[in-house]
Amino acid sequence: MPFADKYVAKATTIASRLLGEETIIMSTLDSTLFSLNPTGSVIWENADGQTLLSRIVDEKVCTEFDITPEQARADAEEFVGQLAEHGILVVSDQPILQ
Amino acid sequence: MAQTSVETGHEVVIEIGGIPIALHTSDPEFVDILSARFSDYFKAGMTPEFTFDVDLVPPGMFDVDADAEVWLEDGQWRMERGDFRATWDPATRRGLIRQSPNPYSIDSVLRICHTLVLAHSGGFLLHASSGVRNGKAYLFSGLSEAGKTTMARLAPPDVELLTDEASYVRKIGSQYLAYGTPFAGEFGAPGKNISAPIAAVYLLAKGPENRITPVEPAEAIRRLMRNILFFAHDAELVRLVFDACCAFVATVPVYQLTFFPDQRVWERIG
Repeated sequence: MPFADKYVAKATTIASRLLGEETIIMSTLDSTLFSLNPTGSVIWENADGQTLLSRIVDEKVCTEFDITPEQARADAEEFVGQLAEHGILVVSDQPILQ
Repeated sequence: MAQTSVETGHEVVIEIGGIPIALHTSDPEFVDILSARFSDYFKAGMTPEFTFDVDLVPPGMFDVDADAEVWLEDGQWRMERGDFRATWDPATRRGLIRQSPNPYSIDSVLRICHTLVLAHSGGFLLHASSGVRNGKAYLFSGLSEAGKTTMARLAPPDVELLTDEASYVRKIGSQYLAYGTPFAGEFGAPGKNISAPIAAVYLLAKGPENRITPVEPAEAIRRLMRNILFFAHDAELVRLVFDACCAFVATVPVYQLTFFPDQRVWERIG
């Protein structure tokens, strides 16, 4: 199942701060810092564990940025994959309770 | 000046950043060692916020090559390095330090202890030299070789140096203050035991000419986080320090200071 059809949520082992349109995330496990660009920040802010990634892309990313749905979905898949790999974003087939 | 304690022999209260910490030792020679390093920060007769008993052991008793480790276990902070073992219970506000009679181990324990205390009150220790000019504090931050000590050495006479190594940042009300510390680097001298509101932080880089440029908040957080002294492997503390850094950057302007290392750089400061 592609990431677009999954629920995404912020890991509990992070601290984050939205600064303008950029988000700074710190892993509390190893103090690694991550920076998200405006598009990534929108996905991050809406990663509440209750909303499908595809819906975040369609209703938030595509409405705020000049990007095609296909490109937005591909970018979001790659973005979520990278954050999940670092353990700062949780991905699930089911809604995520936190 | 050391005070005599009935229970353990001698009590020395060292106040850094406005936080008095008492050290109990039975060895008068260790009091002399403390006096040589921390005398400007001795506060006789002050009620300490925290108390450590110092148990002096022979040199080389521990794994001398071990790096510093700090962790929370059963409600107690444990601090270990090749030259010391220490525990500290925040609930009872008491701790125990085991080390040989030298000033470096106690210096490190105090640094660690202050980082733990500061994290819970929105402050931190920053790899930075700092000085007070016209009633305002200016911090010069960077890792090794960035120019912290150089900025301290170049400071004109009207600048009161707070430290050339580790700047002490506290949040008092809505403002941030920098305090002098005895934590010295290459300069080798303790900072003046005073404090002042922080006017700016300069991230150091050496270059062919002096130039000051603003640093965007996100970039400032990234770079300051690299320079905040932080020892503990503890998720909650990491979160507190990150939040403290973000709040600090929202209040205090951060600049990049590219400087040519001569006295003219101070013409741009204050």
